[in-house]
Amino acid sequence: MPSKTKLAAVAATVAVLLPLSACGGNPTTAGSSGGSSTIAIGSANFPENELLAEMYAQALEAKGVTVQRHLNIGARERYLAALKDGSINMVPEYNGALLAALSKGGVVPKDINTADEVNQALKKVLPAGTEILQSSPAEDKDTLSVMPKTAGKYHLKAIPDLKPVAGKLVLGGPPEFAKRYQGVVGLKSVYGVVFKDFKPLDVGGPLTKAALTKGDIDVANIFSTDPAIRTDHFVVLADPKNLFGAQNVTPVIAKSKASSKVVSAINAVSAALTTKSLTKYLTEVQVDKKDPASVAKEFLDANHLD
Amino acid sequence: MPAPVVPMLNYFAYLFDGGHWSLAGEGIPDRLLQHIAYTLVTLAISAVIALPVGLFIGHTNRGAFLAINIGNAGRSLPTFGLLSLMVVLVGIGTLPVIVALVVLAVPPILASTYAGLRSVDRSAVDAAIGMGMRPMQVLFRAEVPMALPLIVSGLRSALLQVCATATVAAYVGLGGLGRLLIDGLSTNDYPQVFAGAVLVAVLAVLLDLLSAAVERAVVSPGVRERSVRRTRWRRARPDPTNEDAPTSPVGISG
Amino acid sequence: MITYIQGNQARILSDLGQHVWLSLLPVLVGVVLALPAGYLTVRYRWLYQPVVNLGGILYSVPSLALFVVIPAIIPVGTLSPLNIVVALSVYSFALLARTVADALISVQGETTWAAAAMGFRPLRQLFGVELPMALPVMMAGLRVATVSNISLVSVGAIIGVGGLGDLFTRGLQLSYLAPIIVGIVLSVLLAAVCDSGIVLVQRWLTPWTRAGAR
Repeated sequence: MPSKTKLAAVAATVAVLLPLSACGGNPTTAGSSGGSSTIAIGSANFPENELLAEMYAQALEAKGVTVQRHLNIGARERYLAALKDGSINMVPEYNGALLAALSKGGVVPKDINTADEVNQALKKVLPAGTEILQSSPAEDKDTLSVMPKTAGKYHLKAIPDLKPVAGKLVLGGPPEFAKRYQGVVGLKSVYGVVFKDFKPLDVGGPLTKAALTKGDIDVANIFSTDPAIRTDHFVVLADPKNLFGAQNVTPVIAKSKASSKVVSAINAVSAALTTKSLTKYLTEVQVDKKDPASVAKEFLDANHLD
Repeated sequence: MPAPVVPMLNYFAYLFDGGHWSLAGEGIPDRLLQHIAYTLVTLAISAVIALPVGLFIGHTNRGAFLAINIGNAGRSLPTFGLLSLMVVLVGIGTLPVIVALVVLAVPPILASTYAGLRSVDRSAVDAAIGMGMRPMQVLFRAEVPMALPLIVSGLRSALLQVCATATVAAYVGLGGLGRLLIDGLSTNDYPQVFAGAVLVAVLAVLLDLLSAAVERAVVSPGVRERSVRRTRWRRARPDPTNEDAPTSPVGISG
Repeated sequence: MITYIQGNQARILSDLGQHVWLSLLPVLVGVVLALPAGYLTVRYRWLYQPVVNLGGILYSVPSLALFVVIPAIIPVGTLSPLNIVVALSVYSFALLARTVADALISVQGETTWAAAAMGFRPLRQLFGVELPMALPVMMAGLRVATVSNISLVSVGAIIGVGGLGDLFTRGLQLSYLAPIIVGIVLSVLLAAVCDSGIVLVQRWLTPWTRAGAR
């Protein structure tokens, strides 16, 4: 075959394959174009949120709703942007943290403490077109944790105890912690605690925990449901001024997708979760390395939600 | 100003903020120096590994098959995957990052060192042997100087790749210009990400210009790569040494 | 590790599928854009240096930066995989434009003069003489671009769209080796398959390079 013809053959094959592969291989085009019974669920970039997203997703699928998953998107700043532009329709949030993120200057008024108060305040600042569903009793709070040695050395039981010694200590957490009110900013304005240095690591993950145990950082931002707190004997510092607030799992959803079927399925999951059970399932994902999808199924089976 | 210009200018806000350029603390100069450090350390280590191996294989033509395939395989290893692997195995620190970057940089240096030595005119090598030079002398006084264009081109291309990829160090808690990318990404701070992108690109261009100057200083003028531009001007005369079309991706960065 | 593979087959396969699509489509786009660009630098020689310089600068922008900045420039959703495709197409174009230009310039010589003397019009000369002769060099560039894309797609996992890169972030989040190793192995295999595929196509398209070879 003369090479001109061969060239033409290759070009033709490519021209046919190109659009085919684009259509076929791409199940995740901007989710908003999906049918009205399709819902795109997103999650933040840490295992617990991925697990929660899976739980909600599978509960919805059990009721016949088609679900597109966008897991591990990034920090709140990123997935909220995705929620606002319609790339995702629902995300399992934490009411207190979300309120802080959406409030002016990131500051939460002082007298808002219980879950109900938080939710009331939240309803006023949510992005247009979105609403929150029922909060779950399950809570996962940001904590400041230290090694037992550090706690003993500086007599640390609560965050105010850090004030006199923070200038000698290094704080570690996710990069966004440095700019958040429920982070370095609030620690300074509410508690007057200013650290010597802040090291951006990961979202309460292995990097942060390893840095804490190795001594690269002295204080770490770790989540309260993390099994490592128990296994590695971290000391969680109390938060008397409730800087980190109530942090109930609270799904945020686009109003256009909040049909009664969807809402009741999601609320059922939220109601069935408790802090204790969330911690238990998270342990299976983080310690036993089980796939979040199968752990979610386990939860749904146990609660007869599928 | 016209509407589209204003948002574009906002992207430069991070760069134009004087506070970010302060020498104290972790401002841009700090990140720049860290980035340069990661890049140069990686290049030095990669050169120490790849050059001797490449010289040996090119000079003796033994183990060529192995070299080329390790080169190709190394190029196909995903850097992010390697980085994750090293961090999980070794923990956080500079070591896992340098190892991942070295694995990225060795293949191009190895491949072009070998190609450079293979491209040396055999008659020149024969002449050198005929003059009584020992093998090491043949290598360093005859072959290497003539292979230098390709060897240096491999080093330069590795330099650029490492400079761009060193940004991933920030994902595992290290510094460098990637810090601007990752921190900006976490907080959806486009100006910061933009600043990171621009600074890395500028750094890469500067490093490229610098290495071009080094190349000009080190490579003998008579041997400078028969570049494409030469061929342009020589159209009037057929070029007898230009036998077959080159089959190695010479001069292509990365 | 086997238990990991068995327990996560669906996710691994879907990640692999996404990875294939995300790495190969940009190469095709890059080729489609680079061919005319390369050809233009042959016709108008003054274009060569600017094109090469532009390519060099584009290639040195870190992939992560492009993935994040592109949604700000073109109206694609934050999470759309198109971000990755556009960014990698830019890289592929930067790499291939130079390759095509170099390849086409290097085949100018007796053969093209002979073709011109025989009365070949420019277009016929391009497709009948220059492109086939330039194929080996262009294919070499294509191989580099493809393998490079396959590696870069996994960086997209940092913004949530990463094909096999998802396995790497999972491994980092859980301090778990199995997904990372699976991801690396699959990525290398994919690169090897694509590389060999291109070599085979090259052999089929240019039989004269083997005839009478030393």
